[in-house]
Formats: sequence, C-alpha cells, structure tokens
Amino acid sequence: MKHTLSVLVENKSGVLARVSGLFSRRGFNIDSLAVGVTENPEISRMTIVVEGDDRILEQVIKQLNKLIDVIKVSDIKPESSIDRELALIKVEAGPKERSEVMQIADIFRAKIIDVGTKTFVIEITGDVSKINAMTDLLRRFGIKEMVRTGKVSMLRGIKAAREE
Amino acid sequence: MSKKQKMSGAETFVECLNKEHVEVIFGLPGGAVLPVYDELYDSDIRHILVRHEQAAAHAADGYARATGRVGVCMATSGPGATNLVTGLANAYMDSVPMVAFTGQVPTTMIGNDAFQEANITGITLPITKHNYLVKDAKMLPNIMREAFYIASTGRPGPVLVDLPKDVQTEEITFEYPKNIKLRGYKPTSKGHPLQIKRAAKAIMEAERPIIYAGGGVVISGAHAELLALAETLMAPVTTTLLGIGAFPGTHPLSLGMVGMHGTKYANYAMTESDLIIAVGARFDDRVTGRLDGFAPNAKVIHIDIDAAEISKNVAAHIPIVGDAKNILTELIKEIKRKPKSKWNEKIEKWQKEFPLEYDRKSKEIKPQYVVEQIYDMCPDAIITTEVGQNQMWAAQYFKYTKPRTFITSGGLGTMGYGFPAAIGAKVGCPDKTVIDIAGDGSFQMNSQELATAVINDIPVKVAILNNKFLGMVRQWQELFYDKRYSATRLDTSPDFTKLAEAYGALGIEVTKPGEVRDAIKEALASDKPVVIDFKVTPEENVFPMVPAGAAINEVIDYGGKI
Repeated sequence: MKHTLSVLVENKSGVLARVSGLFSRRGFNIDSLAVGVTENPEISRMTIVVEGDDRILEQVIKQLNKLIDVIKVSDIKPESSIDRELALIKVEAGPKERSEVMQIADIFRAKIIDVGTKTFVIEITGDVSKINAMTDLLRRFGIKEMVRTGKVSMLRGIKAAREE
Repeated sequence: MSKKQKMSGAETFVECLNKEHVEVIFGLPGGAVLPVYDELYDSDIRHILVRHEQAAAHAADGYARATGRVGVCMATSGPGATNLVTGLANAYMDSVPMVAFTGQVPTTMIGNDAFQEANITGITLPITKHNYLVKDAKMLPNIMREAFYIASTGRPGPVLVDLPKDVQTEEITFEYPKNIKLRGYKPTSKGHPLQIKRAAKAIMEAERPIIYAGGGVVISGAHAELLALAETLMAPVTTTLLGIGAFPGTHPLSLGMVGMHGTKYANYAMTESDLIIAVGARFDDRVTGRLDGFAPNAKVIHIDIDAAEISKNVAAHIPIVGDAKNILTELIKEIKRKPKSKWNEKIEKWQKEFPLEYDRKSKEIKPQYVVEQIYDMCPDAIITTEVGQNQMWAAQYFKYTKPRTFITSGGLGTMGYGFPAAIGAKVGCPDKTVIDIAGDGSFQMNSQELATAVINDIPVKVAILNNKFLGMVRQWQELFYDKRYSATRLDTSPDFTKLAEAYGALGIEVTKPGEVRDAIKEALASDKPVVIDFKVTPEENVFPMVPAGAAINEVIDYGGKI
C-alpha cells in the first residue's frame, strides 16, 4: 500500500542525504520524493510517497522522527487531503497527429508550452491518476521524454501539517 | 569569560570543551588538526595519545560507559577520521554518549579529493546520532553546545563534528550560547500516566511476570528503581548483555542473562511467562531467538526512551516511551506488594536443575575457572571484554552487582574493543581495578595500545583466555561445519608475555590451574599494566547455547552436540 508523508525538515545542506540514506539503509522504498521551501525559509517540506504495510509505515515515521533535522512527520490520508503532481511530456506530433494530440491536451486541461516541427511539450497538473491516464493515451504517438515532479500534498480545510 | 572577545576557531574549540567540563580527550594528531592541537598544548585538558585512532574511539566509549559522562575522541582528516568509524558504529549500536572531532581539509578544498580528505560526515551518517561539518567558525559555539547535548540526552549516542582547517584558524567573537534551539529534537522523558496505569494493572493481574532489563536501565541510572520493582513484585529479573549490572547478579531474583548464551532458567522463564516487563531493552535477535517461538503467551510492556524501538521486533501491548528511571518511579507508586508464588518456586527449581556448568575437575585451565577466580579475588572490579567466547564467559561467570561495572561491545560485537575501553574506563575511574577479559584473537586487534597504557601510566590488567583459536567462530565450525576449522587457528600468535615486556608492561604466563590465583594476585599487586596469558583448554565451548534459528528454550547444554 502507498502512503504519503509530509515531512518538515531544516532547510540545511545534507538533510536530503540524511532522509534518503535512512530509507535505503532501513530497506524502505521511496516511490516519489518532492522537496521545496515552505512559508518559513528556514524550513523545507518533503512529500514522500512510500510503499509498505502499516508496520513499515510506523517504523518509517519513527525513524524519520529520530533524525535531528526532521521537525515533523505527518501521515497524509487521501480522504482528507488534496494532492497534485506536475509533468512535462514531450510527445511526437507530426502534421497528421497534431489536432488529435491538441484535443487530448484540451480534454485533460493540459497546456502545450512548446511546439517543434515534430513535437509538442505538454504541461499537465493533476493528481497522479490523471497524469497516468494522459500518458497512457499519449503513448501511441510516441513519448520522447517525460519529467514528473513527484506528488505534493496538503491537508484540506484549516488543518495544517506544520511546526507547532 | 563573561566579556565577548576575539578568538580563533581552535581557541573557541578548547573554550567550548572547558564549558562542557571535558577533562580528557583520547586522540592522535595530524595535519588537519594542527591548530587545535597547538591550543591543547597550553590547555588543562588531559590528552591521551593513542597508537591507532580506533582505540581513541573505544577508549572514549569505555570512559563514557564507566563514568556516565560524555567521552571525547579526536583524529585528523582522511585516514584518521576513517579509523574512528568502527568505534563510532560501536558506540551508536550501544547508545554510548560520545563526541568525536575530526580535522578536515580547508573548506575551499572540500570536494577536490585533496590530500587526506575523506567525506567523514557522509561516511558516518548512518552510524552517528547526528553529525556536523562546521563551515564557518561562527557556527562553532552553537554546534559544540548542540553536539554534547544531543550525545548525552534522550537515547544517547555518538555525535561527530568535522572541523576544516581554515575554520580552526578563523577569528570570531566568542560567546557560548545559553540556550539550545533544536526544534527537531525533543526527547520524551516522562512516561504517559495512563500507559503507566495500564501497565500497573497488567502487572497486578499477571501470574508469571518476568522483568527483562537492558542497557537503558544502566544509562538512565534506574537500577535502584528496578530493584524496588522486582522485590515488590517478587518478579524474576533477566538482563540483556548490556543490562548486566543493572540488577545485582547475586540477588535471589536474578536469572542472569537471557538469549543465545543466557542461562537455561532465564530462557525457560522468558518462554513461559505471561508478562514481559521490558525496560530499556530492544529485543535484539541474540535475545529473542526465533521470533515466533519467543514468549508465545506473554503480554509485553515495553518501556524505552526511543519510540522507534517499540514494536520493532516484538509487538508491545503496552508501550511506554520515556526515561526508565522516571517511568519506574511512577510505576512503583501504582503497584502493590506481591507474595512469593508458584511461579517463583518453578523458577527456583529450574535454577537448581540447570546451573551453569563446566568441567571443574579438569587438569587443564578452564576459561570459566579463570573468570570465577577473577570474580572471587576482585568482585568490585570494572570488567571490560573483547568479543566472542571470552565475552560470554565474562558475562556468565562473574557476578556483577553494580551498574557500569561490565563494559562490553554488545550490538556491533567489535573485537579489539575491550583493551582500549579498559584504558578509557581506568582513566575515568582511576581508583577502580579495571580488567579486560580478552581472547588471544581480539587482543591482537588493539594490542598496540600497551604503549598508551604504559606511557600514560594507566595500569589496566588484561586476562587473555588464550585458546589459540578465534574461539567463537571455531565453536560454530565445530558444531555446524563438521569441525572444519577454516582460518580460525591462531597457533602462530606472539609470546604475549614478551610482547607485554617489550612495551614495558608486566607479562605473566599461566599454564596450570594451580597457578591461576597467584597470577591474578601478582597482577593486582603490580602498579603497571599487566598482561596475563592463561593457556586455557583450546576447544572449550560456551554453553548453554541456542543455535541460530532456534527458539530460546531449545537449548544445547554443556558438552552438548547438535
């Protein structure tokens, strides 16, 4: 089962290595990891998607909490959160396929941000399943390159996964 | 030092050590720590020069375990720093408060594969509680304060501080921080009152309780509370290897050590108990044996300061996170005195039926006999051990009655630990007799420290149980590999008596059981470091033994075969 962890860390060099090193040496698998600074420039947030049962998740959270540079770990449940991922997809689109690719992009409310003679670059934002759905559709045209940011998540409503 | 004043990084470093009341550093200098060593030259802090950096780390570790204070070691960059690695991993596994300082190439050269450069903060990431690369001397006072605080609080552990050479010479305005701001580090010390009440209820309901005490009791200083708990409940107490000394080994409720080489009665009691009260122990695989056969009918109360240890190996029904001394103090208030029960009688029967045994009539020197005689002649000594058979016999046949008197490498199992750890323990406790119970294999891993002991006048005693083998590995080969003694024979070892004498220590060779006590007497009477070479039965085995993969009640007895 996949779990999403929102991890507040000190915005210092070496912190990413501490976190990723912990996952590898304890045998936990990272599905995706997104890092960026928070509203407080001294603090960064990592959104980590981890695969494992509840027992593994409990160990992951406890071990993360032991790192001195980890300030807070929150287990983000899908029913009480929103999540987004951004992907850039370079897809082959010759004269014949152009209109069809544009239509697909339109349906997914994605943007075409670069046009080459034989390619489009499409920017899509959404939850992970939406991005997967669109890449599945585009695959037959030929995806030349794809970059995904990894999932970022936030609790709905007034609750916040922040430092207390 | 009330006024703010200008100082170099190296001066700042020494001033911070003074603020932390550091009395001794174990270390070995090199190019990248020259400015710091230059400052230490005029300082009151004692520096003990070792002959290999690994010994500096182990000595700091032994000092910390014997005294409860933070041990400090230091090395230069590159190979000096990497030589500390085993010692750091050892301290990390056994939760020893230690701060290690390493020199580093100047900040401008970091990452360039400069001479004697090693990324020691990267290397030690998984084996330190925390580490720092000081990039700016202005950060140094804060980092020093934090390093000692992190090392010594919560679940203690080693912290490494890497000091680039230019940081040591940079001038800053010194001010030692009053407060520490670490928003990611808030160890829990008080146990949850509701959980303590639940634990008390389970304890009062239990018919066959057992207390399982680990190194956390020693670290927390909770031995008096543990004794009160056990006596109030008439509950038997077994300990882990690191928990030895947390409960008096001479007490009627003491079952000694549990696990692979634990007593049969401790293993039986653990297996048949209906409630395990685990205090500062982590259900290591050497304790539990095969997990599905471990105490199948027991509820588990798990008291530990490290939340990550709870339900890691064995599921806890009632977890209590916090400091053992605090929690036991509160727990005792919630429980009532229990009378002696059928459970106690059953255990007493096991104790009579399955005592530790060896061939006491042998014409050869039995290693167990040597340990018993050491105990008989100086029961109050601090014992350190190497790793393997010597360690297990030292755990089984010496009755420790006080915490911090048994110092051994538990989690990592580091051969070569005991001798430098003994040096550290003796420096911390100069009035105590300190004896390293060693094997001929382990001792040779750090025997160069005889120089350190002699030159610095640190009169530790080394009792080598010399069986001319890497004994524990040989034992496994005998039992599980058809006696194919692959690479375990050590019959070409040096003459340890002459080796000791070459360094200026006293060497004594013992070949007959009748000479054992005289040799110990002579060693204790000497004011020098002493090495006693006991020529013991070469193929003696450690029993009882639970084979790998077996449940802990599936025990091989003395002289047993698979």
